[in-house]
Amino acid sequence: MKIPLSWLREFAEIPAAITPEEIESAFVKVGFEVEEIVLQGSDLTGPLVVSRVIAIEELTEHKKPIRYVELDCGEAQSRFVICGARNFDVGDLVIAALPGAVLPGNFAISARETYGKISNGMICSARELGISDDHQGIIVLAADSTHVGVDAIELLEINEMIIDVSVNPDRGYALSARGLAREIALSLDVPFTDPASIDYLKDFSAKQDEAGEPVQVKIEDPSGADLIIIRTLKDVDVSRVTPLWMSRRIEKCGMRSISLAVDITNYVMLELGQPLHAFDAAKIDGTLRVKRAGDIKEFTTLDSQVRRLTSDSLMIADDKKLLALAGTMGGLESEVTSETVSIALEAAHFDPISVAKNSRAHKLSSEASRRLERNVDPAIAEIASARATALLIQLAGARLIGVSRDGSVKPKRHIEFDPADISSLIGFEYSADQIRQPLIAIGGEVVEKASDLWSISLPTWRADIEVLSDLAEEVARVNGYELIPSRLPVGRAGATLSPMQHRKRSMAQLLANLGFSEVYNYPFVSPAMVETLGFVGPRAASFRIANPMSDEAPLLRTHLLPGLLQTLQRNLSRGAKDVAIFEIGSVFRDVSALARVGIIPTSARPHDDVVKSIYASVPHQPLFIGAVVSGALDRKGWWGSGRNFDWSDAVSLASRIVAETGNEAEIAQSDLAPWHPGRCAEIRIAGKPVAHAGELHPRVLEELNLPPRTCALAVILSELPFAGKKSAVPVLTMPAAIQDISLLVSDSIASVSVEEALRQGAGSLLESISLFDRYEKLGEGQVSLAFTLTFRSADRTLTADEVSGYRLAAAASAAEKCGAILRD
Amino acid sequence: MLQAQRRSRYFTSVSQGIARISIIMTLTPADIEEIAAQALAAIAAAIDLDALKEVRISHVGDRSAIAKANQALGSMEVSARAEFGKVIGKARGAINAAFESRQSALESERDARVLVEERVDVSIPAQRVPRGGLHPLTILTNEICDLFLGLGYRVAEGPELEAEWLNFDALNIPADHPARTMQDTFFIEPLDSHLVLRTHTSPVQMRTMLEEKPPIYVICPGRTYRADELDATHTPVFSQVEGLVIDKGITMADLKGTLDHFARSIFGPEVKTRLRPSFFPFTEPSAEVDFYFNGRWVEWGGCGMVNPKVLRAAGIDPDMYSGFAFGMGLERTLMVRHGITDMHDIVEGDIRFTQNFGSGIR
Repeated sequence: MKIPLSWLREFAEIPAAITPEEIESAFVKVGFEVEEIVLQGSDLTGPLVVSRVIAIEELTEHKKPIRYVELDCGEAQSRFVICGARNFDVGDLVIAALPGAVLPGNFAISARETYGKISNGMICSARELGISDDHQGIIVLAADSTHVGVDAIELLEINEMIIDVSVNPDRGYALSARGLAREIALSLDVPFTDPASIDYLKDFSAKQDEAGEPVQVKIEDPSGADLIIIRTLKDVDVSRVTPLWMSRRIEKCGMRSISLAVDITNYVMLELGQPLHAFDAAKIDGTLRVKRAGDIKEFTTLDSQVRRLTSDSLMIADDKKLLALAGTMGGLESEVTSETVSIALEAAHFDPISVAKNSRAHKLSSEASRRLERNVDPAIAEIASARATALLIQLAGARLIGVSRDGSVKPKRHIEFDPADISSLIGFEYSADQIRQPLIAIGGEVVEKASDLWSISLPTWRADIEVLSDLAEEVARVNGYELIPSRLPVGRAGATLSPMQHRKRSMAQLLANLGFSEVYNYPFVSPAMVETLGFVGPRAASFRIANPMSDEAPLLRTHLLPGLLQTLQRNLSRGAKDVAIFEIGSVFRDVSALARVGIIPTSARPHDDVVKSIYASVPHQPLFIGAVVSGALDRKGWWGSGRNFDWSDAVSLASRIVAETGNEAEIAQSDLAPWHPGRCAEIRIAGKPVAHAGELHPRVLEELNLPPRTCALAVILSELPFAGKKSAVPVLTMPAAIQDISLLVSDSIASVSVEEALRQGAGSLLESISLFDRYEKLGEGQVSLAFTLTFRSADRTLTADEVSGYRLAAAASAAEKCGAILRD
Repeated sequence: MLQAQRRSRYFTSVSQGIARISIIMTLTPADIEEIAAQALAAIAAAIDLDALKEVRISHVGDRSAIAKANQALGSMEVSARAEFGKVIGKARGAINAAFESRQSALESERDARVLVEERVDVSIPAQRVPRGGLHPLTILTNEICDLFLGLGYRVAEGPELEAEWLNFDALNIPADHPARTMQDTFFIEPLDSHLVLRTHTSPVQMRTMLEEKPPIYVICPGRTYRADELDATHTPVFSQVEGLVIDKGITMADLKGTLDHFARSIFGPEVKTRLRPSFFPFTEPSAEVDFYFNGRWVEWGGCGMVNPKVLRAAGIDPDMYSGFAFGMGLERTLMVRHGITDMHDIVEGDIRFTQNFGSGIR
């Protein structure tokens, strides 16, 4: 909330010489962030004088109409100035900046020739003076409000420190001069006078005119409001101009001066925090009612918008129709207009949640709703109603017909507490005085029944204070958080990363060491991407965000590839040649069969079954590691040619990731989209798929404008079992016997099956087996596979005859299981 | 050319020597001296290892004159054998020593020359495998987890797509409370699924409190979501780290001490912190924590004493236990610590950004 310092000074004895920095730190100390402090007028120097328009000469020979205006500036001779605005007439009081003046933006005024005339000053708009955004025309002052020659800087109270204070949602009372003055006073430890203590009723109680029927009011739904006061006034002269002292304050608070009646309600709201609404009393049929919308579906607010209502929308109505969205915005029909002569002035304490719902449902955050949904002091409604009534009588010539009320202010709440508990929660030994003073400063009344039993009667405006910790915060903040000492507690012995956390960290390190760069992608995916990648089944069934950042990407990712491929595109478009990136992150699947939970109270721990159902309402979110590579990880350079990362690298890396966890990877041919149907490996553990790797589908790459042969892999980290402790393999030191074997097999046989058949036939002394050559072009559907078999015994040197026997046995196994023919 | 000429002249003299030995069957000590002298001269004249190899064959090896003279000893009269043997032995010794010394000299000479010839420009860039890297968010998260593991905290994680009740209600943020609009939440369709993309990692704290009995010391890092447009300082997907301690006798002083320790570990031993009163529904008292870094106060995060309402919703007796919680944005921490000026760099996945941070090895 923006508040001028002069208004705070009315209620708080702020030292005269205070600096903006001191104001800021005083607010910050007690928990109010200061968004900005503006020193209005600091970039403005006079002379700036009230002047009267004597004559207007219209200059029509220019692109736009220009006026040459003769002004009486209270000097011996009149002045002539050029002016582009047209919202004034002869006789009006305006504000003239005379030569020598400097306006905001370092705009120096001097006598100069323009539009073929000598202009001896400038008539100013509010924006030109830096006092509001209004640039509709120049400022025209009310005829009887001042005199020619008066210093306008003083008249408009331009020199002012305006503080924009950010108010947290638990402190609705601070959205007012009253509340902020209290806070600055307690922070600076200076006296505070509560404006609520002023008796405004005495100003007008004698002037009440009994002639007329005051509008009656009734709370039909007590859950919507606990107090409403209607004062009915007649003979309101809405044509009167708002006095400058009032309109300037409203402007300094960042609002606009609109009309006298509206300005009075806004002024009182800014001062006391109580939103008020003025109805045209002539438009009210019968009794005003606080009720829910019920069957009525539509309502037109005073901004001419038709609002769709729900049956529980909190409304103000009369006997026949709806009049206002309670606490949020009035209706077009009962708005105060230039014809209004009688006003029903509403001051109510509405239910904060009902107001919040109104405001949320219609995206209508008004000055009123902002306050009401943050809790307004229920006791201030009566005072604000009186204050505004007094102003309407004083400024608009109104006469009070009468008042009608329904509901009441709830009695003050009390908390009993042991002051020592405050010290124990904060960790600082406060003296009794250090506890008592803050609680009094915030408006509480403290009774010390015993040294360990105090009672506080809470101020009506502090609905947020309920328990001891709330009081502790008040004590701590008023004394200053800097009093709190610093102490380092230590938790429980034996804290370690969980196995999964360890796995995640190690995998990231592994890939980074292999030359991959880690990325974090947004998990937002477009349906178009899902289609491009050819996702079907669980990978196409995704959660949809109701309010996405972009309507194009409302889906949550079911896979890491969409994000990785977009990031790959971005890197390539920025000129990168070889890109290897990876991401570790959750994906969102399993949209079906989730438990639904209703409203669960929070006053105690829910029953175990309920906790279970809450957990079951959340989908399983598996953790993936995904990588894409375009180009080479073994680059070319002066040393010679490099080698592009290909499908086999992708498969081998995915297998390695699985193997690093101590699991045995089984590799099978797969045609899963978006991979190349002939170049995709599915990796399984005990038959269960855990990873896919290979080259991406050429069509997908083309559609995404990615280079051919781009490779990708994805492993479900959370699906890899924890393999437990590894057993050591004895290191044999006898000489190895090496045998090569070359086999001819059908190309439909996976090389891994041939290897497995050899392994089975080769006997127990086989130490390792590796494919060292593969040759395809042998004619119809045949490939040649050449393996090296290494044999070793634990205790002797193997003879040539012995190992060649093993080799033949291996070949026989391959022949039997895979139809392999030994090529010797 | 010059070398070749020299070598051929030398071969001539060697072959002359062999011819003489084969002719003169009766050797005198003078002959031996002559043989030795020739051998020594040949050794000395060998200008490289190849030449010396030739010299070895003709003057040192089994077929050399001195070797043959030695073999001839067997056919000599026994009386002459001993004395003559000494002469030959001495000569052989001298030849072998000379050969070895020459061999080792030539080898050193060759080694020195070859090493010079094989010299390369080691400054030539040879990064065949590109340098990979961890995202700095990962590096920072690991650092923070390690820090708190050392203080006896467990690392707790939870789902990003979360139950509304755990993200809001249980944390004292009831529906229609203005605090709920402080956080622009992504809701999931249908709305009655009551699923949200978590707006903070606090639901992990709630899960921990529901699952475990105090004392609780956990640190909760993770990705969080709020509907802010991506700009230089905001991102709708960001990372938080939150800490939660529930134990007997925990005070705000413990919170302050923990934050001091945390800030000093992350930003350096000279960094100062301050607490400012603030509001969060799940803590009371609440505070904002700022740190003083490079000459200015920087907002770091929110914190406070766990609201008794939250403890109660989790089934923890607020009369027996108290606790504190804190939470900060990792992107902001990273930006301040490393002078990153644009959030885009953190979220866009440009490998140049990541590679610059390497793998975070200290």
